[in-house]
Amino acid sequence: MAEGVMEPQSGFLLDLQGVGKGFNGVTVLDGVDFRLRAGEVMALIGENGAGKSTLMRIITGIVQPDSASAMTFRGQSVKFTAPRHAIDAGIAMIHQELNLLPHLSVADNIWLGREPRNRLGLIDRGRMRREAKALLERLRQTIDPDRPVGSLSVGQQQMVEIARALSLNAELIIMDEPTDALTDVETAVLFEVIRSLRADGKGIVYISHRLGEIFALCDSVTVLRDGHMVHRGAVADLDEAALIRHMVGRSITDQYPYLPCPAGPERLAVEDLSAEGVNGVSFTAAGGEILGFAGLMGAGRTKLGKAIFGASRLRAGSVRVDGAEVRLRHPRDGVAAGIAYVPEDRKAEGLIQAHSIRTNMSLAALTQLCGPGGVVRQGDERTAVDRFMAAFSVKAHGIGAEVRTLSGGNQQKISLAKALMLSPKVVILDEPTRGVDVGARREIYGLINDLKAKGLCILLMSSDMPELLGLSDRILVMAGGRITGRFGRDEATQEKIMACAIA
Amino acid sequence: MTTLIRFLSRNKPLVGLIVLMAAVAVMSPSFLTVDNLLNILRQTSINAVIAVGMTYVILSGGIDLSVGSVLAFCGAVCAWLVAGDLSIWLAIPLSLLLGAGLGAVNGIVIGTGGVQPFVATLVAMTMLRGATLVFTDGRPITTGTGAAADAFWSVGGGYLLGIPVPVVVAAVVFAVCGLVLTRTRFGRYTYAVGGNEVVARLSGIRVNLEKTTIYALSGLLAALAGVILTARLESAQPTAGAGYELDAIAAVVVGGTSLSGGKGTLFGTLVGALIIGVLNNALNLMDVSSYYQMIAKGAVILLAVLADSRKSS
Repeated sequence: MAEGVMEPQSGFLLDLQGVGKGFNGVTVLDGVDFRLRAGEVMALIGENGAGKSTLMRIITGIVQPDSASAMTFRGQSVKFTAPRHAIDAGIAMIHQELNLLPHLSVADNIWLGREPRNRLGLIDRGRMRREAKALLERLRQTIDPDRPVGSLSVGQQQMVEIARALSLNAELIIMDEPTDALTDVETAVLFEVIRSLRADGKGIVYISHRLGEIFALCDSVTVLRDGHMVHRGAVADLDEAALIRHMVGRSITDQYPYLPCPAGPERLAVEDLSAEGVNGVSFTAAGGEILGFAGLMGAGRTKLGKAIFGASRLRAGSVRVDGAEVRLRHPRDGVAAGIAYVPEDRKAEGLIQAHSIRTNMSLAALTQLCGPGGVVRQGDERTAVDRFMAAFSVKAHGIGAEVRTLSGGNQQKISLAKALMLSPKVVILDEPTRGVDVGARREIYGLINDLKAKGLCILLMSSDMPELLGLSDRILVMAGGRITGRFGRDEATQEKIMACAIA
Repeated sequence: MTTLIRFLSRNKPLVGLIVLMAAVAVMSPSFLTVDNLLNILRQTSINAVIAVGMTYVILSGGIDLSVGSVLAFCGAVCAWLVAGDLSIWLAIPLSLLLGAGLGAVNGIVIGTGGVQPFVATLVAMTMLRGATLVFTDGRPITTGTGAAADAFWSVGGGYLLGIPVPVVVAAVVFAVCGLVLTRTRFGRYTYAVGGNEVVARLSGIRVNLEKTTIYALSGLLAALAGVILTARLESAQPTAGAGYELDAIAAVVVGGTSLSGGKGTLFGTLVGALIIGVLNNALNLMDVSSYYQMIAKGAVILLAVLADSRKSS
């Protein structure tokens, strides 16, 4: 796996060995080594779910590793059991979602919780302002320390975060996708700042999906895949193709049962659709077809799915189902047009966790189960729910059981059943196997194929590449809210998709 | 027998009510008389009617602080209409409609306007109290001595088959609203909106419309309570209903409904309202001063909620 002989521990700013971590019996990190020197910019890359964020959460003391693993920082053996410990030791993390209070000033944000006091015990505002200004000047920024942070651009806000990290005397700064919301100019400024931090002897961990940035900025790279460290080395020794191979190099097994179906008539036509996070997307999909959507996190797949369903406001474009144009202003319109959406986040968007299986499953289709006066025909409801419970072999203590007591796989089955009770024509599945164990996955793939065989049109949005390649008839790749690649089943490969996804 | 035990273990407030009544019966011989029990029911009926609407609101994840003011305003308007000798068959429906309309405004401000229920209904509570004082000029409005006034009195003070009319009204309200809550789509949607608004919306529910309807129902029932109270007193007091929102909330909470929404029953609210009613009555029978009554009431509410939170954890 990792090449090279064991290097001596001395000389590293941060040195982790054999880190392991699991959640609910699922291994997220397995024997990962991670080390970097002072004055080094280390890229950390990997697909969604490869374990990058868990590794960073361990380094910053937010979670504790399972296995006995050695961690040294600045030559000393350390064990962080709270974020505070890592901060005090000199490790700062700049999250993708910036941690700033928009209504407070720049200086307030930099010194939050550690405001300098004068002799009377009052906050020394003059000193806060002066030192904030000095820190920002070190970053070649001319931001007024009195301005509220909310009035700054995202790039400037990032500089405030970096200034805060410097004010903590951080020796190691971790940046998670820092350029995601930046303009090209802001990115260039950020790179310059990172290079000057490197010159000052700081260690930088740079997490990014954008391979181009890694070649432009970083000295070395660590690649994670499925919780393992699969590569570590100098960036100069690699090219982009090699990096992609390291990231995605899994083999596809037959756990993804493809079902060939004769192409049916066109059922869904999306034309020039624009909405929040979606820019001019056009495609068609037929009955009996699984159309896969690939892309990195934030590429716009979920937003596209919600827009087609009516859950977000459309700016332009049209959606037709079986040739008839649909006016989409509310999820209700999607439901009425025969579009069902199974959300990615079952807890927040899919199911009411504290309510029963029965009321959850019938919620969307309740109108069809009501008699005059909006009275629920409880017998019919029970029959319908029981039918799905049997067909999907849901394991639960009866249909009165609260959804939160069920496993992820069984919850996903309920979520699927809830959508199918509407007898939809188009089903949008957003990450249908996230948090679902291997056995239940296989069952869910079977259910998806059953729907396909019945002539439904299925949009499958997934970050699980083998799943996408295994099940889809065609694959569209999204990046930045646009479709950046279209592949037939036979021509699609992980490498090609990844190349489009980071375009 | 085992089904009875299971039923009681799932209805702790009911057990509390039974224990409370037994204890009071031992301490005060005049408690368990038909007259006194009917008296409790009549005194409870107004709070109970308000608490039904409050249950819907709290189940949907909201709160309605304006019920006391809606009660006063609609009661005053009703008294004024009756004093003008308008038939009660017009005066009462008009007052109820007014209450529903005021509630609907709350719902629109909360749903479409996105204002927090606490704030929106606090504003309504303040403004409507002011409106009531303006409308009544700060003085009680008596219903007068017309034919309408005589008919009107029976709504509050009359008997139907030996049972006080307000008790009959409250019983009908509980029965109808209980069926609506458990058997209809509207009831299911009420639970869903309170259980998880995002899920509700993504299930095709028009959440704002639901909220408007729910607050309209709460307003309508507050107005109904106002009508009953006005009829009983034969006059509308401008300060009527002050603090009633807290009694209604207490009944809902003692009845085991979660303030965070999505969980609870109307039956629990009925029991909760009765617990508070019995407690008030018992403390009166035992000649406890009203100052101590408040302390005792608070303690019982705390006990009920603590017992309930133990159950859910």
